[in-house]
Amino acid sequence: MFYREAGDFSTSYPEDSQTFPIRFDRYRYYLVLFVAIFVIPFTINDYWVNSIFLPFLIYAIAAIGLNILVGYCGQVSLGTGGFMAVGAYACYKLMTSFPEVSMLIHVLIAGLITAGVGVLFGLPSLRIKGFYLAVATLAAQFFLVWLFNRVPWFYNYSASGQISAPERTVFGIEITGPNTEAWATYLFCLAFVIFSAVIARNLTRGAFGRKWMAIRDMDIAAEIIGVNPLMAKLSAFAVSSFFIGISGALFFAVYLGAAEAGDAFSIQKSFIVLFMVIIGGLGSIFGSFAGAAFLVVLPVALKLVGVDWIGWPTDIVAHLNLVVVGALIIIFLIMEPHGLAQLWRVTKEKLRLWPFPH
Amino acid sequence: MPTDLLYGAEVVLNGLMAGVLYALVALGFVLIYKASGIFNYAQGVMALFAALTLVGIMEGQVPFSHLINAAFGTDIHHFGWHVPAFAAILLTLAVMVGFAYLVQRFVFRHLVGQEPIILFMATIGLAYFLEGVGDLMWGSEIKKMAVGLPQGGSLWVEENTQWLGFGNEDFYGFFIDKLDMVATVIAVVLVLALVAFSQYTKQGRAMRAVADDHQAALSVGVSLNFIWILVWSLAGFVALVAGIMWGAKSGVQFSLSLIALKALPVLMLGGFTSIPGAIVGGLIIGVGEKLFEFSFGPMLGGATENWFAYVLALVFLVFRPQGLFGEKIIERV
Repeated sequence: MFYREAGDFSTSYPEDSQTFPIRFDRYRYYLVLFVAIFVIPFTINDYWVNSIFLPFLIYAIAAIGLNILVGYCGQVSLGTGGFMAVGAYACYKLMTSFPEVSMLIHVLIAGLITAGVGVLFGLPSLRIKGFYLAVATLAAQFFLVWLFNRVPWFYNYSASGQISAPERTVFGIEITGPNTEAWATYLFCLAFVIFSAVIARNLTRGAFGRKWMAIRDMDIAAEIIGVNPLMAKLSAFAVSSFFIGISGALFFAVYLGAAEAGDAFSIQKSFIVLFMVIIGGLGSIFGSFAGAAFLVVLPVALKLVGVDWIGWPTDIVAHLNLVVVGALIIIFLIMEPHGLAQLWRVTKEKLRLWPFPH
Repeated sequence: MPTDLLYGAEVVLNGLMAGVLYALVALGFVLIYKASGIFNYAQGVMALFAALTLVGIMEGQVPFSHLINAAFGTDIHHFGWHVPAFAAILLTLAVMVGFAYLVQRFVFRHLVGQEPIILFMATIGLAYFLEGVGDLMWGSEIKKMAVGLPQGGSLWVEENTQWLGFGNEDFYGFFIDKLDMVATVIAVVLVLALVAFSQYTKQGRAMRAVADDHQAALSVGVSLNFIWILVWSLAGFVALVAGIMWGAKSGVQFSLSLIALKALPVLMLGGFTSIPGAIVGGLIIGVGEKLFEFSFGPMLGGATENWFAYVLALVFLVFRPQGLFGEKIIERV
């Protein structure tokens, strides 16, 4: 009743192959965009931005990136934290070396640098498969974090070994540093999220995405039907690392403001982003958003209930948080291995038929 | 002999001992992976949990006391008794068997037939869950593992190796931790026992049958459920031993669970499916990372142990993708 495709006729090929071919989906998408761009920035304050919106947007970019690698190309990676660190440190070096350049360009270049590093660490994927590859990507995680901790050039020889974001602007509006406005940082990150999601969506349904999926489903068979595994795997690593690098740069520059590689980009980051991808749904852009939202909101909600309402000590709630996240992951995997995206698909199927069940 | 060489030899010896401990953790992974195809990331947290439980039982702590105190406003901490180490180890073993049963009953029985990556993710979830439960149950402060294992360097070894320096003033003999020596002996005994168990007992044979082919094993009357619980219990036992060793070395705390990360390159090097592989891989990694830190560490700024094992394993895998002793990977379309 609410969700139907009756009366929705495509009369041209572009119309038929657009991202949201069903009118309801399209309008819903426009509505979400409208709310995100024109409503939320004017109603939020610092608390909301810092505890919910910025982490959500930034993790969503990382989750999209990892989803391309794991969900679409089938190469399990545990090096996300390390690649985010590359983005962050690249952004830091760019920000301090070229202060007058716009942040937009810094973040994009940081993404490109991360893409290069990602390709480098993706090279073994041509020989190593499955769990061996997953563990091999940990080499990237540990090596990169060690590198950023030990080589002073990366943190500009600062005494604390930390990097902290200087004040930088986009179109004259401050984006980083202590004096930022909530709406500005929000919109800045949102722009990158939309940019990433649109690119990822269009890549994954084009020739690149089909090659990735062929590799994922069976790489030898894909090779026989003419997919070049070298190009497919490395391009997946490059695109994935590009997005992860962007998210790392934003995470450091806009969200944290100051960071230290071993702390902010530890292996826990790799796991959290992987959880987002799995809970959200492997091989789904919407799933990346859903997973990111879920895992960002959950600790905040638990803290709200546990500490503020019931009044338990913070450390117990933190431990409970671990228990709940762990249990939820297991429950999710048992109930719905394809994640929130699959739940959404099922809901849509149900809505199509509603209120008549057959 | 020049002193540098002697120091090098000492580093190799200590590396071998560390390698044995890595191998101990890696063993737990191999057991579960062979029998059920599950790559059990939670192995490290299982070691932490086992060590926490052991200490908690010995000290007579009330489980979940923090939670109970927070929820009901009470103030309870200890039962007020102390359990001797041996009895506490047996009790902890019982807890680990119970844990194995619960994991099998409530998690992996429902995930039979899922893709390996899903199973792997489930074990990461399990690791989070167990870490939280461990902290809630026994508190998260650092604890001492006092089960009567010897501590400190061995004077005996130092005195009996001093002659190697041939009058060299700078050399005082090899410094070797007593605990490492005990750990080595225990690890060797454990490995021999495991091999004997899997080769000569009925359950061991059934275990190998399940590892070889689930369905064939099922059709000749092997109970998959029982074998899986058995394997998880064995892994729990190995985790307990590893937890005691590492706990005695550096205290029972969260970082204990990170030894799982130390064991992963060992697994890659040795192959996920081979018990000898875990041992040899552990020794190679142990010696390799200590030697590398000894010879190149100062030049590179130190703490190379964090990544050296991974990079070594990575480079190695490029030439031999299934590890040293792993089964040859044959792919069909």
